Amino acid sequence: MAHGNYSYKPTNAFMKWLDSRLPIVRLVDESVLKFPTPKNLNMWFTFGGILTFMLAVQIVSGIVLAMHYVPHETQAFDSVERIMRDVNYGWLLRYMHSNGASMFFIAVYLHIFRGLYYGSFKAPREVLWLLGIVIYLLMMATGFLGYTLPWGQMSFWGATVITNFFSAIPLVGESITQWLWGSFAVDNTTLQRFFSLHYLLPFVIAGVVVLHIWALHVPGNNNPLGIDVKGPQDTVPFHPYYTTKDGFWIALFLIVFAYFIFFNPNFLGHADNYVPANRLVTPAHIVPEWYYLPLYAILRSVPDKLIGVILMISAILIWALLPWLDTSRVRSNNFRPIMKQLFWILIVVIFLLGYLGAQTADDSNLVFFGAELPIGKLLLSQLLTFYYFAHFLVITPIVGLWETPNPVPESISKAVLAKKNGGAVPVAAE
Amino acid sequence: MAHSIDNANVTRRDFIYVASATAAGVGLAASLWPFIDQMNPAADTLALKEVEFDLSPLVEGQIVTIEWQKKPVFIRRRTAAEIKAAEDVPLDQLRDPQADKDRVQKPEWLILVAVCTHLGCVPDKNNKGEFGGWLCACHGSQYDTSGRIRKGPAPKNLAVPPYLYLTDTKVLIGAEPKPAAVVAEHG
Repeated sequence: MAHGNYSYKPTNAFMKWLDSRLPIVRLVDESVLKFPTPKNLNMWFTFGGILTFMLAVQIVSGIVLAMHYVPHETQAFDSVERIMRDVNYGWLLRYMHSNGASMFFIAVYLHIFRGLYYGSFKAPREVLWLLGIVIYLLMMATGFLGYTLPWGQMSFWGATVITNFFSAIPLVGESITQWLWGSFAVDNTTLQRFFSLHYLLPFVIAGVVVLHIWALHVPGNNNPLGIDVKGPQDTVPFHPYYTTKDGFWIALFLIVFAYFIFFNPNFLGHADNYVPANRLVTPAHIVPEWYYLPLYAILRSVPDKLIGVILMISAILIWALLPWLDTSRVRSNNFRPIMKQLFWILIVVIFLLGYLGAQTADDSNLVFFGAELPIGKLLLSQLLTFYYFAHFLVITPIVGLWETPNPVPESISKAVLAKKNGGAVPVAAE
Repeated sequence: MAHSIDNANVTRRDFIYVASATAAGVGLAASLWPFIDQMNPAADTLALKEVEFDLSPLVEGQIVTIEWQKKPVFIRRRTAAEIKAAEDVPLDQLRDPQADKDRVQKPEWLILVAVCTHLGCVPDKNNKGEFGGWLCACHGSQYDTSGRIRKGPAPKNLAVPPYLYLTDTKVLIGAEPKPAAVVAEHG
């Protein structure tokens, strides 16, 4: 634990007795309540709390939905409609769960972008970052499996397209796909196993979250300055300082969540999923959920099945190399004038890819707000995909070596105090 | 083993360690197999093997979609022009070269598994695309009047299922054709 001079002292005979047998109160006290946390965390560091909260929302709402849902191809769609119409508060529980998935992904993307901007992936937090990627992949799998369950047209064809990614594997692809389906196509067997796994994976996520927090508590939190904690003057106890701050931002986040649940519950979904699954007709325009769109654009940018699938998977796995691709000594982009610009360019590229992922699969020119642009959608996705990979593989290592970072402050507490007094931030002598 | 492989240092106990770990490893692997294989298609799924279809109601140019092994199958009564278009394509223009005669038992009747070989969507039977066959709207693959891939991301032609003419107007899809009949197994 970073600079944890504090240790728990049981206050009465019973607590002493318990502490020597199961030190659970000590665990909570030392690693949650009194955990020394940098005193300069901003709102971008509250997404860990928001995500933990959303995981709990998804698990609780999911468990109760499973009490009413029927995982069978002839009854799944109707059972979801029954939840919406007949089950007490069923509409609320389902909208909470379906929009909750989207909110979970909004929060995880902001959490990841925070990590990218402030260099939270850099040493000594590489394992923390890698575990985060594992959680993100598990979330993608869970979201996909859950989206299949209502057994509407988008559910069915989404499941078909995604499971067919595996058919791109040479030689054994076909056998693996049939093994995943338990049939010759997505059918009832597939639905039942997807339900089983959709119920399982959130608990696996919870397990990896424990590892993620464990790996966080060894080096302690990163912070907006990206410099190490040098002593107790740089930290405050997690409670009440960050329980309050996280609580405040969870409350604001809940306002956005509530807007979607109560005023626009189908905005992030797709109307075609209110049509029961039909294995003989694919909808004219199938799109994945919004959180997969940039990856979908990368998949479609290559007119070759195997390469498309490999690129799409690599687009995430490449993050795992980032701690070693980033050659800069400085963590926070606050002190990296060039990388800061490149970070925002990357964000724009990801958003454009997402926009292209939602377009129809033809090579017509891009129409943006009614104006036809002189560039084909396919070419644009290829350029953006190229830039996306170049950012990590080429630009990041080179900029890290070539860029001259601005001087970083001497310590967190000095920077905080200087900011409070409106003076110049003392910089570390090097 | 932590120490170097040196005959003088290898004891009977080392042998027991290796042998017992190996036996346990093989046992573990063997006991995993039922948990893996249960996910493969079950006996009742495999039994959905054949489906009979009466061709007589179809008019020239018509395409119908039927279900076989939970998959959609296109049955298309081709026009003379469509047959000629399919037969006239030079094979070197094809991504997955195959002559039209190897894909049909009778030229008038084109029978295909209606699963795009890209990512499994059903190509749109109301949109014939640039090659008079099918356009798959999901990712833009285009097939010709023989169901061969001509453009877009799909790597292979639409598969031809095994089928057998029971009479002149009845086919049994899923059944192996009689040895005399010529059919290409594909995909």
